[in-house]
Amino acid sequence: MSVTTAPVRPSAESVSFTAARLPRFAPALVGVVAAAAAGLPVLLLGWGVVAWAIVAGLVFLVALPLWARVVEGSRGATDRLVTGLVWAACIVAIVPLVSLLYTVVDRGLPRISSTFLTYSMYRTSLDQEVGIYHALIGTLLITLFAALISVPIGVMAAIYLIEYGKGKRLARWITFLVDVMTGIPSIVAGLFAFALFILLFGPSTRVGIGGSVALSLLMIPIVVRSTEEMLRLVPSELREAAYALGVPKWRTIVKVVLPTALGGIVTGVTLSIARVVGETAPLLLIAGLTTRTNFNVFDGRMTTLPVLIYTQNANPGIAETAGGIRPGIEIAWGGALVLIVIVMVLNLAARIIGKIFAPKTGH
Amino acid sequence: MATTVVADDTGRAKPRLGDTIFSRLALAAGIIILVALAGVFIFLTIEGAPGLVKPASFYGSASTFAGYVAPLLFGTVLAAIIALVVAVPLSWGIALVVSHYAPKRVATPIAYVIDLLAAVPSVVFGLWGITVLAPKLSPVYQWLEEHAGWVPFFAGPASTTGRTILTAGLVLAIMIIPIITAISREVFSQTPRLHEEAALALGATRWEMLRLAVFPYARSGMVSAVMLGLGRALGETMAVAMVLSAGGGISFNLISNTNPASIASNIASNYREGTPGKIQVLIATGLVLFLVTFLVNFAARWVVTRNERKLAR
Repeated sequence: MSVTTAPVRPSAESVSFTAARLPRFAPALVGVVAAAAAGLPVLLLGWGVVAWAIVAGLVFLVALPLWARVVEGSRGATDRLVTGLVWAACIVAIVPLVSLLYTVVDRGLPRISSTFLTYSMYRTSLDQEVGIYHALIGTLLITLFAALISVPIGVMAAIYLIEYGKGKRLARWITFLVDVMTGIPSIVAGLFAFALFILLFGPSTRVGIGGSVALSLLMIPIVVRSTEEMLRLVPSELREAAYALGVPKWRTIVKVVLPTALGGIVTGVTLSIARVVGETAPLLLIAGLTTRTNFNVFDGRMTTLPVLIYTQNANPGIAETAGGIRPGIEIAWGGALVLIVIVMVLNLAARIIGKIFAPKTGH
Repeated sequence: MATTVVADDTGRAKPRLGDTIFSRLALAAGIIILVALAGVFIFLTIEGAPGLVKPASFYGSASTFAGYVAPLLFGTVLAAIIALVVAVPLSWGIALVVSHYAPKRVATPIAYVIDLLAAVPSVVFGLWGITVLAPKLSPVYQWLEEHAGWVPFFAGPASTTGRTILTAGLVLAIMIIPIITAISREVFSQTPRLHEEAALALGATRWEMLRLAVFPYARSGMVSAVMLGLGRALGETMAVAMVLSAGGGISFNLISNTNPASIASNIASNYREGTPGKIQVLIATGLVLFLVTFLVNFAARWVVTRNERKLAR
């Protein structure tokens, strides 16, 4: 019986089907080391937290790819570097948002009071309290009228595009121009309303409805796009079922298609209002500025919240005590907080409405 | 025999009055949109055309309309380019985090936060830029002037208020990040899953997978996202009007006070003391801005539709 030599098996060390990898905890470890390494010069030189974070980030972005290059090779190093950069981009972009929200709340909150919200800037004596009531009313009315103009036009245009105009040349043109309209600068919309109204009513016309016209130019494309999207989601079986029962096309649209898509349409409209409620430039041009509360959009100047913020910041007045905060700046920050709250509430409302009325798929 | 006959002799349904009215209404709404866009162009031309040929006194230090609008156009484009240079890499980074890098329960809040950024009104960005960002950047500019003064961009003298074109560009960058991110995110996540998995199965690292499978697929979407961001940055008014303290002519010096305003911010800050003649000049500059942004948006849409056709084939 011959002695068989055992087949030479490659040992686990000599051949491996996986390339060498850094341990899973490597990024965390490098992160800690980088933070500590950055702490030393920052402490010695007496820099602030921001400098520390920047130095630590840079050390991390250099150290981890270097380590990976030694262990994993250049491809692994590139991958680590890109991963680090991508996450860094994300963090860098969130910093200004946090700073902005913090500043607005920090500086705006002390100014908010019941007088601030219910008094206008019109005063008969110097020691009288002032507030932003007139601007709130202005914003409310101008935005309301903008919605009254743009919602019917926007929804009907979307109905034309989806229900009647399929494949027609006119529909293609409208779709394309709506896309282009999305990119109109707000100041150009303002200039359009301005040019239109001074041509019709004389050179010194400043009127709230002009602001509504300018805003609706900005709102219509958003309303059309979102309504179009929603109408497209309505299953064609619903339409065909209605037609089969002999329901006229327009009754089908009004009674079947629109109610099905209602939630999405309302969401789109709410988002479009949130988008234009913070517009400043067009209203600065055509709606003008006043200190009194004006309830009539068809007559006279009307202040809106964004315009108030802009003008108060530009002409802040004189501080009561030397070195104190100037009154206009305070009003501007208070107004900014109120404006941001309005916009956020509208956005939140849009999301909630979208959730509630989301088309139910399947049973 | 009393039967209601819906069809006439030809066998086709009689057009109903309600249908006719409703379809006409829908058509009218569509046409109103066409008319409105044409109206923007027509009214700006009617009111702005006289502004093109005014006596030299209307154009400030320049003597012709071209001389008046050129520095403004330069300022507009310069601020927008600064914004793009900063915003584009950041936006693509965020879009990649949301679509490919972060797990879903991290990605969703990040996407929410970026959408939140899109909701902040521009006037609030301007207020933040002038009170928080500009003072913070002022020492940075002084440092740049001392240590990098040989670069033409940082030649100085550094602005002491920090209200320079670079600050304005940075504020614009923050404002256009959500737009570019939203579109890029969409196209990144539309990459066919099989392409990505094929790349990974061949041993590609995540970055190689992005480069080989995702970017080629998303390229036109990324381009159009940048173009739309550019369109927005060109037309943004209030942030620039509030942050930038303008003066002087065409200059690449980013950290001093010698930069021209942008077209939009120039209109916003000068319309009030404007005589009717001066306002015609401003409207004419607005017409120039309209044409520029129209071309940029047109190009962006063209890139998208061309690619849609390519994919449909």
